[in-house]
Amino acid sequence: MSHPLSPNWIRLLRWSAPILAAPLAGCNWVVMNPSGDIAVQQRDLILISTALMLLIVIPVMVLIVWFAWRYRAANKAVEKDYDPDWDHSTKLELLIWSAPLLIIICLGALTWVSTHKLDPYRPLDRIDAKTAIDPKVKPLTVQVVALDWKWLFIYPDLGIATVNEMALPTNVPVRFDITASTVMNSFYVPELAGQIYAMPGMKTQLHAVANKPVTGTGFSANYSGAGFTHMRFGYKALDQAGFDAWVAKVKASSAKLDRNMYLSLAKPSEKAPVAYFDASDTKLFDAIVNLCPKPGQRCMGELMHINQMGGAGKESAKETNGLQYDFPNSHVIDQEDRNKGQETAPDAPGADKAPAADQSSHSGADAHAQHR
Amino acid sequence: MTTAQMIFGRLTWDSFPWHEPIVVATFCAVVLGGAALAAALTYFKLWGYLWKEWFTSVDHKKIGIMYMVLGLIMFLRGFADAIMMRLQQALAFNGSEGYLNAHHYDQVFTAHGVIMIFFVAMPFITGLMNYIVPLQIGARDVSFPFLNNFSFWMTTGGAVLVMASLFLGEFAQTGWLAYPPLSGIDYSPATGVDYYIWALQVAGVGTTLSGINLIATIVKMRAPGMSLMKMPVFTWTSLCANVLIVASFPILTATLVLLSLDRYAGTNFFTNDFGGNPMMYVNLIWIWGHPEVYILILPLFGVFSEVTSTFSGKRLFGYTSMVYATCTIMVLSYLVWLHHFFTMGSGASVNSFFGITTMIISIPTGAKLFNWLFTMYRGRIRFELPMMWTVAFMLTFTIGGMTGVMLAVPPADFVLHNSLFLIAHFHNVIIGGVLFGLFAAINYWWPKAFGFKLNVFWGKVSFWCWQVGFWMAFTPLYIMGLMGVTRRMRVFDDPSLQIWFVIAAIGAAIVAAGIGAMLVQFAVSIWKRDELKVEGDPWDGRTLEWATSSPPPEYNFAFTPVVYDADSWADMKKNGYQRPLTGYQPIHMPSSTGSGVILAALATLCGFALIWYIWWLAGLSFIGMIGYAIFHTFNYKRDFYIPVEDVTRTEEERTRILAAGV
Repeated sequence: MSHPLSPNWIRLLRWSAPILAAPLAGCNWVVMNPSGDIAVQQRDLILISTALMLLIVIPVMVLIVWFAWRYRAANKAVEKDYDPDWDHSTKLELLIWSAPLLIIICLGALTWVSTHKLDPYRPLDRIDAKTAIDPKVKPLTVQVVALDWKWLFIYPDLGIATVNEMALPTNVPVRFDITASTVMNSFYVPELAGQIYAMPGMKTQLHAVANKPVTGTGFSANYSGAGFTHMRFGYKALDQAGFDAWVAKVKASSAKLDRNMYLSLAKPSEKAPVAYFDASDTKLFDAIVNLCPKPGQRCMGELMHINQMGGAGKESAKETNGLQYDFPNSHVIDQEDRNKGQETAPDAPGADKAPAADQSSHSGADAHAQHR
Repeated sequence: MTTAQMIFGRLTWDSFPWHEPIVVATFCAVVLGGAALAAALTYFKLWGYLWKEWFTSVDHKKIGIMYMVLGLIMFLRGFADAIMMRLQQALAFNGSEGYLNAHHYDQVFTAHGVIMIFFVAMPFITGLMNYIVPLQIGARDVSFPFLNNFSFWMTTGGAVLVMASLFLGEFAQTGWLAYPPLSGIDYSPATGVDYYIWALQVAGVGTTLSGINLIATIVKMRAPGMSLMKMPVFTWTSLCANVLIVASFPILTATLVLLSLDRYAGTNFFTNDFGGNPMMYVNLIWIWGHPEVYILILPLFGVFSEVTSTFSGKRLFGYTSMVYATCTIMVLSYLVWLHHFFTMGSGASVNSFFGITTMIISIPTGAKLFNWLFTMYRGRIRFELPMMWTVAFMLTFTIGGMTGVMLAVPPADFVLHNSLFLIAHFHNVIIGGVLFGLFAAINYWWPKAFGFKLNVFWGKVSFWCWQVGFWMAFTPLYIMGLMGVTRRMRVFDDPSLQIWFVIAAIGAAIVAAGIGAMLVQFAVSIWKRDELKVEGDPWDGRTLEWATSSPPPEYNFAFTPVVYDADSWADMKKNGYQRPLTGYQPIHMPSSTGSGVILAALATLCGFALIWYIWWLAGLSFIGMIGYAIFHTFNYKRDFYIPVEDVTRTEEERTRILAAGV
């Protein structure tokens, strides 16, 4: 791994991170002390870039205060130094342009390398600082859909799906495929990795790995409408045995995530409880990305293909049935659903049968339950 | 369609927010205050004076002052929004929903952003440039004085629309840049986004025109001898800011046109379906949005240069590199927009490119900071209020710049994007840079505009309240950003966060005290203006605006000055310049006109009608606008001469005062 800074430096910073974070004990500085390898590397970048900049920032701030104090009009000692016409020095000019330039060259190199290394689309080549893996190993796929205002997670490899709760096995590389149903959200689990936007009609990706069993919170980091503030989910990193047990628990749910279930889940609601589903429809996620989850809607990908092949003739221009996806007032919670109680995701049988959330944890999903 | 709908569009009795007690109380206060003000103006017979001497004036100085007043009024509104947010976030813990529901809170944070950028920062800097630039280049007015008046009233029209949304309908609940599809008609069907669009469109016309006006003024109307490299630095930074305005505001206008077509005409530029592309909006809005932040900060960089040099009693260190740094920033500000959305799935090379260009901007910015530093070096620094604000700026802005570069590293941005760390960062540079700069400028140029200095005691109270309050309000936000807390949240689950929000709220209260102290400072200074009276040049200034009297006569300079040096007034003083006392000529000046007020009022009305779907009124006011603009072209009484006797009398009066002062 080529890195502009020596590994010793990074090790030192990594060791000093908990010390830097010491005054914060009691609070959870999760961004400074995450449990996933990607987030740890992102934290290191924050520390390295801060250290690099402090090299110039501290001297500058000291100089500002020192000059301001020393050359105050009341200071008779420096009166003889007063030089009202001194306004140029080639040496100083060279220094003031080149010092920031040098810092930025280092930082720029660091940026180029780290941005490529931590590119969210790039399959992982390590589990943590000590353990390398082959990037060709197939990661666990989790399909993430930001709905109004809850999160749907589909595990296509396992045939399960959940609402507002996400569990991952530790030390297994994970690939997230991310999209949204209506408006822009941002998928963010600070414990695990930096955020990536969840956007309707688009698929973004994030590769990450959880390294320690932990319970945390994930949420939308981008404002998405009235229910945004409660759009949080429980995040659990579990060891393999714990994860297997969790998968079994989800599988035990009799609720099925078919198209109808998806459509009723997708209706706007707030504080939706955790729900578990059996999800054997492997095409659902693609249908959501292509804006055609509803029967009769035409898929974007298909249309693009037709257009790429030269289009479907003039008469097709008027053929707009099934192309409409956004509908008026689609961001309003149905009064009927509201009457049933916000606690319940509308028309979601899965919600009724979902096991009660683990009360001992402090996950976002639990917080939802505690609200009522 | 019923008759009522035909007449009132979608404006109904229910459009008034009766059910929001906070809004109703505010409304009552505004009505009472407004009635009292109107009564006072009537009682003291000031309407005619205001109309003749101010509203219809094309004098750049009066327009500049009106811009500052507009900025100040809107600043109080925007700050009230800030206090509401701080209070909500400090309260909404442990199951409490706070005191604002989502519908209200989401409008508050959107309005706060929109108002602070478009109707506070923009009027402030435009007002400053309007007042100072023509004086600094030795001109009598701007190139297009009527256009200047029209621009001001268009900006005011936009502000009026934003304020109207408080009491009629609602404002946008989208965040200050109104990303679609959320801002599309299907997801935001009410009037909020329409208020947003038309307020910005009406005000945007004003901003673009005033940008054109100031560029023409700086390029064409400089005093003889003032080559580009002899322009005062504030004029240079203003020139660059206005080039940015002219090059970027049309993008905003076009983007909002596309969004309004989506909302009004059923097109699909930014919708999810029918091939719409919301990412396009995000790109376009930031191609305007990033230059916008440099539009705000560049003129203030100029202010800091003038202030540092004046109060250090020295020439500015590295004038040439300062100019090149400004121009570099101007160009680079167009190459960084994508850093606002590293997290939207661009590839690694694209992200690195925009990250690195962003970092490169810190090089000329750093050079500027060093230039101010070496201007202080071997100087005799007088710590008057403007200089205090400048030193505070240097310290605050350095921190803000550093956190900005951290955000420019894409993988670091993945964890900090949309977090409170980001919020703390941009308040750090906008308050620490733009606002501190404005306070420096107001304290520095107030005696120029009004002929008396501002009270120092209350100025210092305000200064220290701001310093303490600012750091108390925003340090917790930096900290919470590192705890993974993100922006625009209304309610919190984690009770351990509450203490930080309480500290931030106390900080905001201290800032409020600072604002109060500033208002007291203005009031006390006006009250005791005779004690604070100054002649033309109270700070031993270095640039041309100090060569004339304070306040300057309507015509600025009886004789156009001749310039030999960048610090032309310092140079004139050094070489024993004598004011000519004879040989006055009549002075050719532009006439006042009410056309700007009328046209802007019609534009605002048209915007209002479009917001409420009152089509007949929209059509009528639009036709009225075109008709009146044509009618105005037949107004041939556009200029007049100030008779030589008036000029002589004014100048002799000044001679007398100058003699008495010696």
